[in-house]
Amino acid sequence: MSFAWAKPYEPKHPVMRWLDERLPLPRVVYGAIGGGYPVPRNLNYWWNFGVLAGIFLTIQIVTGIVLAMHFTASTDGAFNSVNQLIMRDVSAGWLLRYAHMNGASFFFLVTYIHIFRGLYYGSYKAPRELVWMLGLVIYLLMMATGFMGYVLPWGQMSYWGAQVITGFFSAFPLVGEPIRVWLLGGYAPDQAALTRFFSLHYLLPFVIAGVVILHIWALHIPGSSNPTGVDVKEERDTLPFHPFYTAKDGWFAAAVLLFYAIVTYYAPDYLGHPDNYIPANPLATPAHIVPEWYFWPFYAILRSFTVDFILEAKLWGVLAMFSSILLLFFLPWLDRSPVRSGSYRPVFKRFFWLLVADVVILGYIGGAPINAWRVAVGQIAAAYYFLHFLVILPLVARFETPLPLPTSISESVLHGEESEAAPAGKTQKRRGSAAAAR
Amino acid sequence: MATKAQSAEGSGTAVSSDGGVRRRDFLNIAPVAFAGVGVVAALAPLIVQMSPSADVLALASTEVDISKIQPGQGIKVSWRKQPVFVRNLTPKEIAEANAVPVSSLRDPQSLAERTKPGKQNWLITLGVCTHLGCVPLGIGEGENKGPYGGYFCPCHGSMYDTAARIRQGPAPKNLEVPDYEFTSPTVVTIGAKGK
Repeated sequence: MSFAWAKPYEPKHPVMRWLDERLPLPRVVYGAIGGGYPVPRNLNYWWNFGVLAGIFLTIQIVTGIVLAMHFTASTDGAFNSVNQLIMRDVSAGWLLRYAHMNGASFFFLVTYIHIFRGLYYGSYKAPRELVWMLGLVIYLLMMATGFMGYVLPWGQMSYWGAQVITGFFSAFPLVGEPIRVWLLGGYAPDQAALTRFFSLHYLLPFVIAGVVILHIWALHIPGSSNPTGVDVKEERDTLPFHPFYTAKDGWFAAAVLLFYAIVTYYAPDYLGHPDNYIPANPLATPAHIVPEWYFWPFYAILRSFTVDFILEAKLWGVLAMFSSILLLFFLPWLDRSPVRSGSYRPVFKRFFWLLVADVVILGYIGGAPINAWRVAVGQIAAAYYFLHFLVILPLVARFETPLPLPTSISESVLHGEESEAAPAGKTQKRRGSAAAAR
Repeated sequence: MATKAQSAEGSGTAVSSDGGVRRRDFLNIAPVAFAGVGVVAALAPLIVQMSPSADVLALASTEVDISKIQPGQGIKVSWRKQPVFVRNLTPKEIAEANAVPVSSLRDPQSLAERTKPGKQNWLITLGVCTHLGCVPLGIGEGENKGPYGGYFCPCHGSMYDTAARIRQGPAPKNLEVPDYEFTSPTVVTIGAKGK
């Protein structure tokens, strides 16, 4: 579905017409990311990050496929195949490996911005609940893929990360330990675990690509949201995706890729942990095990439970960590405010920025070595995270008085330019306040 | 409309012999159920292939020579790819462990229950923290033994006492005691029962 004024696909070349009658693939592309997809004309730069996530997924798949041509998935060979063969011997191997390593970080970075964009502008609200939920599925798949990819170089952090994360499952009573042994194919991470992680790490990005298609499909039913949160009403509210947003996404992607290139070339190990350049040793734990930075907030929630209360503290930690993401699936029904955009919700807006600060604090606590005051700060921050979604959001939706919304998208962006552009004395009156007020 | 539906239902009951089940219903359910059983059966090998394979299970037991371990010392050995701590407790450490009221513990066990009769100085446990599986410190010379003199897990701060029992921190259980037996006064076989 699209808006009535969406330009239909009209192939001009006879070959394209021939193809269109037999396999209308160009028609699908035209309607999805071409001139046939009308997009609200007022999108700001926060709307660029979905396309960026798609670009980084592509970079990860391409660099990953070529790295797999040189990687050896064995406990004896993995570390050297990465750190000797790929990093030193394979032509341009160092570049591909660093591009893949930092590509993962950038994929998560742009995805986090994309998620917080959705949180601020209420992109999860009707009729886009499924877009939001499919996005969360993508995010969960990304976490699984990122974790398993980190295990593959078989360094100390790889090994102990695998040990700790599969250890989550042993928190569940009775079935937990058998599940952990089944997942690892042994009693501790070893050959069986490494090989299956490699297999799944290769598979899951393609599953992600599939869910991305569903995510975009579900998005294109109501069309993209926009910074006012007001529905598209007429043709002048929108612009065709191509050439307007392809151009904007294009230049912005170039800017972000430049930043990505700077990190990849000049600080390739900045976001990694030096201990992963030590080969895995099952008999010695590093003094300070941390996951990759993009898992730190969840790691902080996991570590916040230190006291048994009905259930074991360990199980509470694991449950809280899983529910911190799972509760986001219920967000469209937790925040019942009919106003989508945070720009028109003065109370919500303040709590939104508090949540951002809270997640940053959780991230810091999750990445830092544990001590008494950090545990206490982490506990407060973890409690606030749940408080925000389960208590504050429903209450704010109920008691807040939102600011008046613009009557339409074009109303909010066209501040009388029409009359300014018209010849003198020929200003035509537009309905709405902006022109009339002058 | 109502009469039509009624007559259709009427003809249905006329065909079926009992309970309103028609031949067509049976023909629909039987092949779907048959194919469903087949699909489930086909899933079984896909699931069991992930369990520990025979070569992993074959590394079931390890022999350890304990003759060179002096009181107060310990060694770390590998069993089923997991570290095992073998520690020769000093009389002071034994006394400390026995001084704790068992009922006050998170995972109540006495030192006697965690060691072999007459060999109370030989504390043999997995070196795997019961929280999330890190290797605690404290078995090697000069490592941090934690405030209870046993082991200290650097990952999330679990502290174990001289009987390797959890005293403080997030770990829910004492360090696990594997199956082992003294095959001679100086040799211990870990995983002796093949488990």
